[in-house]
Amino acid sequence: MSERPHPPDLNDTGRTRWPARVGHYLWSGWTGVASVLLLVAVWDALARQLGPLVLPTPQETLASLTQILRSPDAWLELGATARRALYGYGLSVLAGAMLGMAAGASITATMMARPLVTLLIGMPPIAWLVLALLWFGSGDATPVFTVFVACFPIVFVGALQGTRTLDGRLRELAQAYRLPLAQRFADVYLPHIASYLFAACITALGVSWKVVLMAELLATSDGAGAQLAATRSHLDMGGTLAWVSAVVGLLLAAEYLLLEPIRREMERWRGDTGGAA
Amino acid sequence: MTALALRGVGHRFGPETVLEGVDLRIAPGEVLALLGRSGCGKTTLLRIAAGLLTPSEGAVRTDFSRSAIVFQQPSLLPWKRLLDNIALGLKARGVPRAERHARAAALAAQVGLRPEDHAKYPAELSGGMQSRAALARAFAVDPALLLLDEPFSALDIGLRAEMHGLLARQVSQRGCAALLVTHDLMDAVRLAHQLVLLRPEPGRVQARFRLDRPLAARDDAWVYQQTAILLAHPLVRDAFSLPQGAGAAELPDSARDDALLTDARPDPRPESPRHGCG
Repeated sequence: MSERPHPPDLNDTGRTRWPARVGHYLWSGWTGVASVLLLVAVWDALARQLGPLVLPTPQETLASLTQILRSPDAWLELGATARRALYGYGLSVLAGAMLGMAAGASITATMMARPLVTLLIGMPPIAWLVLALLWFGSGDATPVFTVFVACFPIVFVGALQGTRTLDGRLRELAQAYRLPLAQRFADVYLPHIASYLFAACITALGVSWKVVLMAELLATSDGAGAQLAATRSHLDMGGTLAWVSAVVGLLLAAEYLLLEPIRREMERWRGDTGGAA
Repeated sequence: MTALALRGVGHRFGPETVLEGVDLRIAPGEVLALLGRSGCGKTTLLRIAAGLLTPSEGAVRTDFSRSAIVFQQPSLLPWKRLLDNIALGLKARGVPRAERHARAAALAAQVGLRPEDHAKYPAELSGGMQSRAALARAFAVDPALLLLDEPFSALDIGLRAEMHGLLARQVSQRGCAALLVTHDLMDAVRLAHQLVLLRPEPGRVQARFRLDRPLAARDDAWVYQQTAILLAHPLVRDAFSLPQGAGAAELPDSARDDALLTDARPDPRPESPRHGCG
């Protein structure tokens, strides 16, 4: 709610204030932390069975991770990876959301888009990567393009479905109460589309990280993916796992510190905030 | 003179004719109830009157400056708080936020919504509260014409009576006109000055009744009596496919002077073989 003047009762009700909601969110995160720790325990047990050549223990991995992260170069590598992933992701979110909503607005466009989207989703990213290597060479453009192509159909489908599932009654309501176009979009259409779009964006974010690593591994000489290629050629198991943990850690942080809180704030009207982290 | 007038309105959905040759006219301060079985085109007619649907035939003329609609379901925006929902039409007219909230709060009080509910989302409100909010949202734009599509069908009788009262006040104090779609004869008798009875396949006017008694003077006894009289009427029984004769209770002659049959058109043309909605 805005802080501008309004009838006093709007603020005096039992709505939860934001510090309480932040506390609640962090508290609900314990379940998520517990399940991650459980995974670490299983990893530890397996590592003890298999030995350090096949699977280093979490402790060894953590040690080599801290060693890697101490050097400023590692952050540059991670930064390069993040930059490529976010460029590709950002472009796909922009293009996917706009085109998806536009396509969803017409039945014909929806029907025409469907087979193309199936094709795009079905096309393996590695195939795009090969094409991108031929087109763009081994610069930033190759991973950015591959990420874009992999994420675009996911976002596009989210926006399309959100637009197609708009409640016809609410549409009529907007018409009957003569809402101006801007208000119609902001108050009636967007909140509905956003919930579909946001779910798609979260999925796409995961995909963008996976794809950017793959692209870097094969196409670039810097970035976390290239580092993975290097540790692989040195048969450095601890290093490999350390890089993987770094990348996965960044993804978890982006999702649970940024996207998930935004989603919860946006969807408070649903009454329940969904499961824990 | 200000009015809503529908002339010779007919409508087809694809090959199926749902409405044929319907004439309606509503003057300010007057409530017209559209009665009939489900599927006889009442809602289609209301959507035509609201301008949400362009009829395949006929003309719609309205010179009411502002209209508001209440749908069968409350249709509140689920992501807007109660006050913002009530103020929806005010926002569309560019009323500043503080003022529209103040007006919405006043209306919420009028329809019996408590201040502690003002900041709730529709999902947190009961069905009855949502219906009241939908009615308040319609009143908020200070409409000259109210279009109501079975707004009371989901309410218990206590709530229904309250809503009737609110609507009657809006009509008699503000001179607002209303088109009320209902399948409940008693709702119609309580609130309407004109009763238009539709018959299905395709939807057309079967009969029209006038009730001239002021809304404020309609007490329960009168409403029950008039409802009973109408229920006994052959045209009404026919429109609702009730067996003829069975309900024709003997009523005192004194009760027979109010419901005035103004126009009856039982089947103006020979029945052509039609199949369709039943």
